[in-house]
Amino acid sequence: MGVGFETVPFLTTFILLPKTSPLFPYSSGFFSQIFCESPTRLIDPQLVSSSLLPANLLILGVSYLKMPSETMDVPKTGFSFDLCRRNDMLAKKGLKSPSYLKTGTTIVGLIFENGVILGADTRATEGPIVADKNCEKIHYMAPNIYCCGAGTAADTEAVTDNISSQLKLHRYHTGRESRVVTALTLLKSHLFRYQGHVSAALVLGGVDVTGPHLHTIYPHGSTDTLPYATMGSGSLAAMAIFESEYREGLTRDEGVNLVTKAICSGIFNDLGSGSNVDVCVIEKGKKEYLRNHLTPNPRTYISSRGYTFSKKAEVLLTKITPLKELVEVVEVGGDAMEE
Amino acid sequence: MPKEHANWSPYDNNGGTCVAIAGADYCVIAADTRMSTGYSILTRDYSKICKLADKSFMASSGFQADVKALQKVLASRHLIYQHQHNKQMSCPAMAQLLSNTLYYKRFFPYYAFNVLGGLDSEGKGCVFTYDAVGSYERVGYSAQGSGATLITPFLDNQLKSPSPLLLPAKDAVTPLSEAEAIDLVKTCFSSATERDIYTGDSVEIVILNAHGVRSEHEQLRKD
Repeated sequence: MGVGFETVPFLTTFILLPKTSPLFPYSSGFFSQIFCESPTRLIDPQLVSSSLLPANLLILGVSYLKMPSETMDVPKTGFSFDLCRRNDMLAKKGLKSPSYLKTGTTIVGLIFENGVILGADTRATEGPIVADKNCEKIHYMAPNIYCCGAGTAADTEAVTDNISSQLKLHRYHTGRESRVVTALTLLKSHLFRYQGHVSAALVLGGVDVTGPHLHTIYPHGSTDTLPYATMGSGSLAAMAIFESEYREGLTRDEGVNLVTKAICSGIFNDLGSGSNVDVCVIEKGKKEYLRNHLTPNPRTYISSRGYTFSKKAEVLLTKITPLKELVEVVEVGGDAMEE
Repeated sequence: MPKEHANWSPYDNNGGTCVAIAGADYCVIAADTRMSTGYSILTRDYSKICKLADKSFMASSGFQADVKALQKVLASRHLIYQHQHNKQMSCPAMAQLLSNTLYYKRFFPYYAFNVLGGLDSEGKGCVFTYDAVGSYERVGYSAQGSGATLITPFLDNQLKSPSPLLLPAKDAVTPLSEAEAIDLVKTCFSSATERDIYTGDSVEIVILNAHGVRSEHEQLRKD
């Protein structure tokens, strides 16, 4: 429905609908659709609805001013809500929407005497099924900053990659090592702007000129600064270990053991977490990414006799239709890659 | 005034997977021993297999409180049968009893997904598979529970049961030997554990044959 509007430049149309109209329930969805597209083209709905219209009317459709020089080839930024109405209609008819790949997860971080240690499990779930038995949840942000992510896998990947590249540009611009608070502010502003729809719960840790830092970031954009932190479905199991055994001024080995113990607690007691333990140790001037630091879950039973899968699919019917008889095949001269 | 629906549900799913395979003169019934609720584990050591009669074992996954109640009803009905007929119930008779018991609660079902395994009156292995309200069928093998969708295609490939619609009527039993069937079951559970979060800890395998009953345990991943 956006197509009709976009082809008309310099024209703004309003369709006013009384609230008693039977079309009213659809209009609010439509309303949010138009206003949620590219933020650069918003007409502030609050301003319009409160100042221009009587209270019992609602704007049904609005088009926006468009510069004649803009082409339609540049993809719009932000989310596109074009399919919202269709999805609602399908859901009402009983279609189950596909579930997201979530990371279930246990992620932890703690501050030790010389820096920060981050830990994570490696299971990614799609509902009750394990989609990835060995995924990486500790994401690179900067040479001195790493971030663990829980929640929707696509969201944690996208948001950490995005902020990581913003940090790199910032490093070029300033000529200095990135600070953890910079990454923190970039992440929290991004998540707040998306009002919790970007489902990423993060544990951010790193060492910069001001010292070691550890923060947790929630999907709606709030943050905490802590000496030890856990997130994800296994956070309670891991926090139980931390609360029992954490103390200030742990050595590197003690810290790694404690993190490993906390992640194992999540792996064995939480069904959303499992497989292996990843650890990342960040100190002033150096970092160590210990991928699969511990693998306490090998495959249990492997049959010695092995299995054969030689049964071929049965061919019930073979019918070959040469297409040359149905269509005319014309060869066009020129390069294969020409449009 | 539109009706408000209760946010409380009388049911809960305790997870788990059950498998049974019928052989020419044996029957293998297996179930994992993990009992869970939501994302937590309640116990790693819970038996889902129940002896209903000398030659009938039932494995059930789903809501274990309903399973316990169902087992009690069947046990008491079996005791009455023994008093009235002076013999144990045969496996096909127990199968029919289970179906009737489940359908009796058609409008407030037992949240139990059952497989019944045992030896019929000729000593051949038999497996019956059920849905929550009592629809049942004699088959050569079956899987129920959270890992069923992972195990059934593998068993279909390895054991392919002849359809009951084919004539002349073919036996539903598998040509595999007892040891091979047990190996198959262990592989099924080990693979299902890799990909299903509700299956794991250990698997209890009950083997019924002409010599009697025995039980085996195999450890599985605990994560």
